[in-house]
Amino acid sequence: MKDSKRSTISGTELLIKRNGLSKTGVLLLITISLFVLLYVISSILFADSNFAKYSVFFNLFNNKAYLLMLALGLTVVMISGSIDISVGGVTGLVSMVIAAMLMEGRVNAIWTIPVSLGIGLAFGIVQGFLVSYLEIQPFIVTLTGMFFARGMISVINTKSVPITDKLFMSWSSAKLHIPFLYNERKNGTHDVAYLTPAAIVAIIVLILLIIALKKTKFGRSLYAIGGNTQSALLMGINVKRTKFMAHVLCGLLAGIGGLLYTLFAPSGNPGNGYGYEIDAISSSVIGGAMLTGGVGLPIGTLFGVLINALIERVVPLLGIVEASWPRIITSAFLFAFIVLQSVFASAGIKGGFKLLLPEWTRFRSNNKYRRDLKS
Amino acid sequence: MSNFSNGNKAIKPALKIIAKSLLSSRLTFSLAVLLVVVVQNIITTPTFFNISITNGLISGYIPDILDEASLLVIVTLGMTLVIAATGGVDISVGPVMAIAAGFCGLLLNGAEYRTEVFHSPYILALFVGLLGGALCGVFNGFLVSGLKIQPMIATLILFTAGRSISKQITHGQTIYVMNPVFKWLGVQIPGVPIRTTIIVSTIILILVVLLTKLTSLGLYVQSVGINGSSSRLVGLNSRAIKFMAFVICGILAGAAGLVGSSSLGSVNSGELGWGIEMDAILAVALGGNMLGGGKFSIAGSVIGAYTIQAITTTLYAMNVRADQLSVFKAFIIIVIIVASSDVFKGKIKRLSLKVFSKNVSVGG
Amino acid sequence: MDIAKHEQNSPGCIGEQCSGSGTTSPGCMGEQCSGSGTTSPSLTMTGIGKSFPGVRALNNVDFKLRRGEIHALMGENGAGKSTLVKVLTGVYPMDEGSVRLDGNPVAIHSTQDAQKHGISTVYQEVNLCWNLTVAENLFLGREPRTMGFIDWGKMNRKAAGLLQELKISADPTAQLDSYSIAIQQMIAIARAVNTECKFLILDEPTSSLDADEVKKLFTLMSQLKDNGVGIIFITHFLEQAYEICDRITVLRNGELVGEYEVENLPRLELVTKMMGKEIENLSDLNVDKDESRFEGEVPVMEARDLSSGASKVAPFDLKMYKGEVVSFSGLLGSGRSELVRAIYGADKAVQGQLFIKGKRARIKKPLDAMKQGMAYLPEDRKAEGIFADLSVRENIIIALQAKHGLLKRLTRKEMEKYADEYIKLLNIKTANIETPIKSLSGGNQQKVILARWLLTNPEFMILDEPTRGIDVGTKTEIQKLILKLAGEGKSVAFISSEMDEMLRTCSRMVVMRDRCKVGELTQAELNQSTIMRTIAGREDGNE
Repeated sequence: MKDSKRSTISGTELLIKRNGLSKTGVLLLITISLFVLLYVISSILFADSNFAKYSVFFNLFNNKAYLLMLALGLTVVMISGSIDISVGGVTGLVSMVIAAMLMEGRVNAIWTIPVSLGIGLAFGIVQGFLVSYLEIQPFIVTLTGMFFARGMISVINTKSVPITDKLFMSWSSAKLHIPFLYNERKNGTHDVAYLTPAAIVAIIVLILLIIALKKTKFGRSLYAIGGNTQSALLMGINVKRTKFMAHVLCGLLAGIGGLLYTLFAPSGNPGNGYGYEIDAISSSVIGGAMLTGGVGLPIGTLFGVLINALIERVVPLLGIVEASWPRIITSAFLFAFIVLQSVFASAGIKGGFKLLLPEWTRFRSNNKYRRDLKS
Repeated sequence: MSNFSNGNKAIKPALKIIAKSLLSSRLTFSLAVLLVVVVQNIITTPTFFNISITNGLISGYIPDILDEASLLVIVTLGMTLVIAATGGVDISVGPVMAIAAGFCGLLLNGAEYRTEVFHSPYILALFVGLLGGALCGVFNGFLVSGLKIQPMIATLILFTAGRSISKQITHGQTIYVMNPVFKWLGVQIPGVPIRTTIIVSTIILILVVLLTKLTSLGLYVQSVGINGSSSRLVGLNSRAIKFMAFVICGILAGAAGLVGSSSLGSVNSGELGWGIEMDAILAVALGGNMLGGGKFSIAGSVIGAYTIQAITTTLYAMNVRADQLSVFKAFIIIVIIVASSDVFKGKIKRLSLKVFSKNVSVGG
Repeated sequence: MDIAKHEQNSPGCIGEQCSGSGTTSPGCMGEQCSGSGTTSPSLTMTGIGKSFPGVRALNNVDFKLRRGEIHALMGENGAGKSTLVKVLTGVYPMDEGSVRLDGNPVAIHSTQDAQKHGISTVYQEVNLCWNLTVAENLFLGREPRTMGFIDWGKMNRKAAGLLQELKISADPTAQLDSYSIAIQQMIAIARAVNTECKFLILDEPTSSLDADEVKKLFTLMSQLKDNGVGIIFITHFLEQAYEICDRITVLRNGELVGEYEVENLPRLELVTKMMGKEIENLSDLNVDKDESRFEGEVPVMEARDLSSGASKVAPFDLKMYKGEVVSFSGLLGSGRSELVRAIYGADKAVQGQLFIKGKRARIKKPLDAMKQGMAYLPEDRKAEGIFADLSVRENIIIALQAKHGLLKRLTRKEMEKYADEYIKLLNIKTANIETPIKSLSGGNQQKVILARWLLTNPEFMILDEPTRGIDVGTKTEIQKLILKLAGEGKSVAFISSEMDEMLRTCSRMVVMRDRCKVGELTQAELNQSTIMRTIAGREDGNE
């Protein structure tokens, strides 16, 4: 890796560049290490829970494929400097709609796919429009979106609707075994790791997103407007359209997430998706995305989701039964990472530590009369 | 110039003056809405104005609305101050109600979840309940004034965690306070024909009005809400004033929690005050107050609160379900926010300029 | 002072002294040039006029920029500098006038048009993205691609080449924010230059730089100049203009004052042209200019080594005495407002000490200052002065109320009494005291804020541009009021952009230049020529 160079213009210039990895790199490293560490500790502490088995590891992917979609959507939106807290509501709505659709074999299960995507897109488009073109605070818009979604769920049905559709259930229980990853069970049979169709879809989307964020103009524009909206505008980026598309993409991913979730838990419960936005945000932030915008990597989000999955698995093993505890612990991690990011960002700056919070949490200045540059 | 244009020129200014005076009165808007709702009710319910005395209590449609609106009125008062001082909203008021009621119930029932005996003095329990509300207000105020977090996000914490906290206080159960004295606050003090809720909400209303008018708090809140920089330069402590607004809001939410749990005779952490924050925000907006902060009108907010309650009651009577109602309300909030957003206002202005300029060109 | 125009020859020739075909002197790039001093400006703006509702921002302004020259654009408040630049870069359409490039008329209707014609702008705030790499910032929007996807390898290589060419030491793959502001600014310039720009506009690029960083920037600018780029350097730093520029164009009140060669323009003349005063002595009013009456007295306010850090204004010492009017002069941006704000605590002091009547005072917030008897009328009344939706009455009593505190509320009667009193005293035109202040005219609003502070009965008043936007008659009223206050034993710090106002009322003048207090003038020194000289800074006006 490169060393600090001396300026050729003036020999006394001091570069603040870190040797090797950038700040983003270091944060990602922390995330990955955290996951590895937690996994290793878990396998040791709960040796009889088989953490060391391939299948268990892969089941983390399988069970949380939907969360990966939601979290990636959040990551995209957060990179652009915005936020979307309606994703949980959208997930629940999609699953309820699918359940209602598939009742009594009304509709061929194949239609659930376009419907899920459509619902997600609709939310994304409307919210994106309100946020970028009408310039309303994203938090308010998506909070209302969440209320709206939850309300729509109970409009459809207030009770649980189980899914019995054969085709759908076959997708839900499908397994793609990976032949060379197996462990021997005590009775001699092989416990082979597998991936569900949901997990495969999630991984494909992940790869597409990694490419898009790194190599397309849209992806780089997201980072630009998240880093400094004013500058991005002056550099010729269509800020409004980019922000709009970010929300649309997040909505689409939430729609996919809803579908994947329903595959995972085939039933339309009114409480579905409750709190998933918090999980999605935690996963993103733990994965290195900054609430303040401009920073985030899909691969980091993946590890954030894995950590979330791991905590969920481990907490019951510790004897804590109450359902809300995994989320509380993940939220604690979320807060810790926000503080960590703030420490990194404030390093070397006068004034020391400053808690970094995004634009949309801070006060919008009540002062509408800004000083203009005098000629 | 033709006669035609002269006629135009006379009509337009006259219309403008009428429109201006109508629009300038904030109360006009809220009163108009209230009027619409009342009229609609009168039409559909011929017995609307009937008042009778049942079980020693004055009852009828109107007293019922007044009674049901009491909680909302109390909470709306607090919300008005928060919105005026900060331009943001406190969405934790529902859970704070539950927390305050939880403290009160815990003290009154001790460890039992259903008892007729007060384990602590009633007044003390009420006080602790209010204190609980105040503490929540302190927490919110600190996040907003100290850490400079936007009010909606700061209060989001208690919004999500508040009811769980309340559950912990009541040891996970719904507490039933069977002692009849407990119901005095929320239902009826024996011998008094007016429902206590109405009395309490009126007293609190008067107290808040006195607070804002007899001290300079009202003026300070408005100043801070209108222009933070100017406030600072004239010697006002913006942070302290915003902090105070949240504490007051917390206390008022606590009071509403006490009254609410009393009217039910129980403390149900999950249900108490559910959804009241949306109603309160709507009430403040309906009352003609700018959601962006600054000048506020308590009268407007109170009218707004009664109006919202009237609308809710009317819709329930039409068999609209509670959860569907929240969809409806969410929609209204979005419409209000969009309509008051600067971008939207700008577009309307340009549109109306086009319309008016057409008139001018016609007239020459 | 104007450059004599000889026949233009071929495009590209900008030689000031060229001996003929075969270049000799630096700066001449002419392919075939006929000889001495042909100067064909490559960018010519002629007769530019631009009006906004109620104000004529530019009137018949000419501006010529030559390739390979650094040309300063200077002027005071309302001169029209930024408007001129915005017209050139397509942000505003011009009402009259024309723009020519190399003799050919061009129409610039948008920022993209400006870009196409090779005009790039770099603003005061570094308009780059901290979270992207250096290379990415250089190429954002124009990234090199392979098969539709961004080619990072190519981008990094191209970036490295560009940086090396401009001698900017930065690693293309490093994140932008790992470099200092100065380097970031140079990267911003590199980005602008990269788009085949022929003309670069730098809008106050040195405002946040320290001396070393300015040197680096100038080195880069010289390099660009050698490459034939024409640079417009907007600044209000006198010294810098003289250090790096070839020519200076001065604007005043939307009009062109003139274009001058730097080496032929003494500093004093420049300052005079910018401020618009001819060198003459004004007759004074009956102001007691005798500063010796303060000898031996304890100053009402004394600042030692005080600084708030705002806008890099240097720490200063200042004493003010009872019954004295001290005014502050200097070019726009010299830091006068920041200086007085540091005294009041509007910007919290980070260094130095403040003494009120001989006793050490710790002022952490404006209320502390108010309690010590200070008052501050801010420069920007819209943003920091008025409470737009509140009534005239409320705007008047608010400072006094703040002093009294939350619980001791002024009665309605008291408030009305005070409001009526001051409406009468200052002749404030309002329908009644309950009218919202936003419906008053600017001048009357200003009077209300003045009333607000007078009501607190201060001993030391700071007035920053109290007469801005006020009609002539009222201006005189306010000047008389200032003298009256001084007569009553109050001290007044008075900032105004009109020299005569200050001269009429003050007995001492503090002079500021380039964010530094450079002098104090009293008595006989209080005349325009001495003031100008002090602002300009050199005795003979030249190096």
